[in-house]
Amino acid sequence: MGYHLNFNLIWRHFDKLWGGLILSLELAVLSIAIGIVIGLVLATWYVSAGRVARAVIGAYVEFIRNVPLILLVYLVFYGLPKALNLAYDAPTSFVATLSIYSGAYLVEVFRSGLEAVPRGQLDAGKAIGLTPWQRFFHVRLPTMIRITLPALSNTFISLFKDTSVASVIAVPELTYGAQWINFNTFRIVEVYLVVTAMYLVTGYGLLFALRLVERRFRVR
Amino acid sequence: MIQSTQGGAATHAPLLAIEGLTKSFGKVEVLRSVDLGVAKGEVVTVIGPSGSGKTTLLRCVNFLETYDSGSIRIDGREVGYKDAGGRVRRGERELAGIRADTGMVFQSFNLFPHLTAAENVMLGLRKVRGKSKAEARAAAEHWLSRVGLGHKADSLPGELSGGQQQRVGIARAVAMEPKILLLDEITSALDPELVGEVLEVVRSLAAEGMTMLMVTHEIAFARDASHRIVFMADGKVAAAGPPSEVLAAASHNQRLGAFLARFRASHF
Repeated sequence: MGYHLNFNLIWRHFDKLWGGLILSLELAVLSIAIGIVIGLVLATWYVSAGRVARAVIGAYVEFIRNVPLILLVYLVFYGLPKALNLAYDAPTSFVATLSIYSGAYLVEVFRSGLEAVPRGQLDAGKAIGLTPWQRFFHVRLPTMIRITLPALSNTFISLFKDTSVASVIAVPELTYGAQWINFNTFRIVEVYLVVTAMYLVTGYGLLFALRLVERRFRVR
Repeated sequence: MIQSTQGGAATHAPLLAIEGLTKSFGKVEVLRSVDLGVAKGEVVTVIGPSGSGKTTLLRCVNFLETYDSGSIRIDGREVGYKDAGGRVRRGERELAGIRADTGMVFQSFNLFPHLTAAENVMLGLRKVRGKSKAEARAAAEHWLSRVGLGHKADSLPGELSGGQQQRVGIARAVAMEPKILLLDEITSALDPELVGEVLEVVRSLAAEGMTMLMVTHEIAFARDASHRIVFMADGKVAAAGPPSEVLAAASHNQRLGAFLARFRASHF
């Protein structure tokens, strides 16, 4: 008994997938942008902070890294509104969750990058009379970004794929769109083949673009 | 020339005056009451075995290292600390201002890798001296030409040889028009065939009256280019004076004799 591939029903509902992909990208870009701010602020603080602040930042990073994202999504979407008597929609809830999640990973990336900037460069910045903030913005930050670009690319791709978890709280992103088509047409093989291809092409496209950026900013 | 600067040093307060400088890293005493003066326009070279405190001494002068006691004054102004009901470390802004007047060239070049040669020179001129972009660019081109790299203004450090990078390092330091230039073993990381081009630049700066305090292992260069040589051993000044006197003293100063013998074997 053979299974006959039939993509017609998929193409008929393709707007669900296309719209889902756009939303996935929006969720990823927003969360990564907020995560970058969290990561930069905390990493900068960490490298100059005392023991207590380091312990607090470390605890945040370890908590996030050791709890599955799907649990955090449930916790923020179902748990927090009850506990704090708040109301927010699913996409907002997911962006908040993924921002906190990406922030923890990015703290680690930025922290190791900041610590990898050669001491001699900071000495050189001091020697020409730059103030601490000038040294940070003109010497440490640009070098750190170049050092961390490869690690950043990998983190960004992972975070883009992590947006599929938003389907569990009915955010209509790409994976949710696939589930909807599956439930309504039962073309399970076709729809997941198409969606896999869409993730693959988008992820690879992102990686290619990021590699171009890396090449442009490579430190020789 | 040596006589005139020594006469100057005797009658005026030296530009750089180090008195009773001590510094420890943990239990290790690196500097043990060092006294050293450098007059305006004078070139002073510090030599000595590794671990004798030469580099630490240099790094204290622009406060890249803190010091425990004693004083370092440039133009009469204490470098790292002020007297505010006790010895108080200067604030970062004050330190930045003092460092801007103290140029430094490093053993490992320490160029900013993301900036071109010209941008390396321009950064301090723009952010510290407050020059416009056009002024800073013109100054950068002037100084890069002076070190023979006018044609490399838009090259990144990674595209330059070690000798070229070090000359950019010199241009970056002197473009700030410092009162004194500190040179920390600036040829030690270079291939032998690139040492000459860097020393040539230093020689021309000396000829123009730039005040310099340098640490080097190039004894022959120190002998030819400096007004005075200071021999350091165990964190103290063990001998100091005009090159001919200090190098001649090797016959009755055992430490100095042993130190120089190693160089004679390989360099002379």
